[in-house]
Amino acid sequence: MMMIRRFEEESARNYAKGKIGGFLHLYIGQEAIAVAAAEVLEDRDYIFQTYRDHGIALARGMSAKSAMAELFGKDTGCSRGLGGSMHFFDVERGFLGGWGIVGGHLALAAGTAFKSKYSGEDSVTVCFFGDGSTNIGGFHEAMSLAGLWKLPVVFVCENNQYAMGTPLERTSPLKDLSVKAKGYGMVGDRFDGHDVEVVQERIGAAVDRARAGGGPTFIEILTYRFRGHSMSDPAKYRSRTELEQRKAQDPVVLVRDRLLGLGVDENALDDIDLEVDEEIDAAVRFAEDSEPALEEVMMSTVLAPEGDS
Amino acid sequence: MRELRYREALREAMFEEMERDDRVFLMGEEVGHYQGAYKVSEGLLDKYGERRVIDTPIAEAGFAGVGIGAAMVGLRPIIEFMTWNFSFVAFDQIISNAAKVHQMSAGEIQVPIVFRGPNGAAKQVASQHSHSAAPFYTHIPGLYVIQPSTPRDAKGLLKSAIRSNNPVVFLEGETLYGVQGEVPDEGVEELIPIGQSRLARTGTDCTIVTWGRPYYTVLAAAEKLAAEGIECEVIDPRTLRPLDTALMVESVKKTNRCVVVHEHWPYGGPGAEIVDRLQREAFDYLDAPLERVTGLDVPMPYALNLEDKVLPTEGRVIDAVKRVSYSK
Repeated sequence: MMMIRRFEEESARNYAKGKIGGFLHLYIGQEAIAVAAAEVLEDRDYIFQTYRDHGIALARGMSAKSAMAELFGKDTGCSRGLGGSMHFFDVERGFLGGWGIVGGHLALAAGTAFKSKYSGEDSVTVCFFGDGSTNIGGFHEAMSLAGLWKLPVVFVCENNQYAMGTPLERTSPLKDLSVKAKGYGMVGDRFDGHDVEVVQERIGAAVDRARAGGGPTFIEILTYRFRGHSMSDPAKYRSRTELEQRKAQDPVVLVRDRLLGLGVDENALDDIDLEVDEEIDAAVRFAEDSEPALEEVMMSTVLAPEGDS
Repeated sequence: MRELRYREALREAMFEEMERDDRVFLMGEEVGHYQGAYKVSEGLLDKYGERRVIDTPIAEAGFAGVGIGAAMVGLRPIIEFMTWNFSFVAFDQIISNAAKVHQMSAGEIQVPIVFRGPNGAAKQVASQHSHSAAPFYTHIPGLYVIQPSTPRDAKGLLKSAIRSNNPVVFLEGETLYGVQGEVPDEGVEELIPIGQSRLARTGTDCTIVTWGRPYYTVLAAAEKLAAEGIECEVIDPRTLRPLDTALMVESVKKTNRCVVVHEHWPYGGPGAEIVDRLQREAFDYLDAPLERVTGLDVPMPYALNLEDKVLPTEGRVIDAVKRVSYSK
């Protein structure tokens, strides 16, 4: 969790310096969800995320170097500088992308789950998206098909309360989004996302159900992003009081306090923080020193090579 | 060689490729129990069962996306759109996902998928059901776009499309399903390469490039012109992206004039692309401006007399050939 937190803070600094371009959506405040999900998944499982994708990529094991180099648009980045912040990929670890069109990747997740079922494999797909995705058609069609075909997929709505700048009460007639599950014939669940242990247990239950052939689950996790929607958003649509109240439930602080309460040596935690800081520093240096993205890679990846089908 | 109908040729291609490769499956509306809205998939469910011939709800964006996701992890889906008109609600899946993920992932993820179904005007199905979809999809890097005119090309190109490692938009002719033509005998496998034009008729006086439904209009017009002493050479690109202009350029060097005939609207699209390329690649050989005979620049009307005016006609093709030939 500290790795994600520090990575995102360093990304923001480098964005301000002009080292990172385009859109940059930070995961600060939501870390417990990615970390918990990565913990319950097996190597053979598949993960999809929106454009707010750094957290899950790092939690799944992508190196900070590979991630930071991608943000810097370098050939050593996880997508060789062709994807950027919104399109991280780590196929070896089953991380099948960062996707930029709201609602567009949910059907893809149903598709990888379809493959698992078609091939008799017990892999599970977990698909993350925001509360803003739950009103668009792509959500409805993916949920419909996953429910109809009882696919091994877990749809995780990270409800951070705002679809960009519009609060949930102005985008949905529902306060409890998890009731939508019923309309698709699937199990629904809803819980707070700041306690990593709770998230782990509840996502774990849905993943186990999917793996055992029990079909899909729609989970609504209540969370909060401490920064704006993207770097260009000062988040003036919410009050300082609201933000401070939410920060009092910081998932990173919560886990530290709990470890201290369990008798873990504070120095040991500080050492982890230092290691993380060093790794992030090294990642920035690596990104700085790496070669820029290559034109020949751009040209040669428009189409896949033919033959051997 | 034997004679097959266009729809039978497509059906054979799917049977053969499903027999060859368990990763290939067919998904779409009415493809299974109904035996296909246009009976292209007739018999597939009986042979391969519900695991591999999958009826879907009416949810094009959903099942197109499911196909793309399945292809990303190694299956080889054939996604049938009942017609290409309905692909527009799945446009984002094809454009933003299927066409992009190979490059976005720096070449790590392939999408071996075929989207197929009937395309273009049928008969009096009016404005929303008569789209010629090629211009929308040929614009997109990361896609192949194939539009076969004959049963033989339909079969050989669909087989190649299914074996391709890239997303393929496969535009069938809604009015061509009943057309008969020669197809290699059973047991003779023919894979027609993606991206190769075909010489359909030899001639010396004018080159006509055409594909899809107007292909037959052009062949009929060419016979009438021959009776008047004008011999047309007809070239069918078959694949619209990537576009093979080599045969066209060779032909124009011989005939020194060219007419491009297509069903889609005149603004942009593969018709305009072909004209653009030929004026550059064969500029020194042209004795007349390149002409196009296109679908008229209007939404398709319902009334038969008006629809007949909108689609390219023999008369318009003959007039265009005579104009570029400076003949009356």
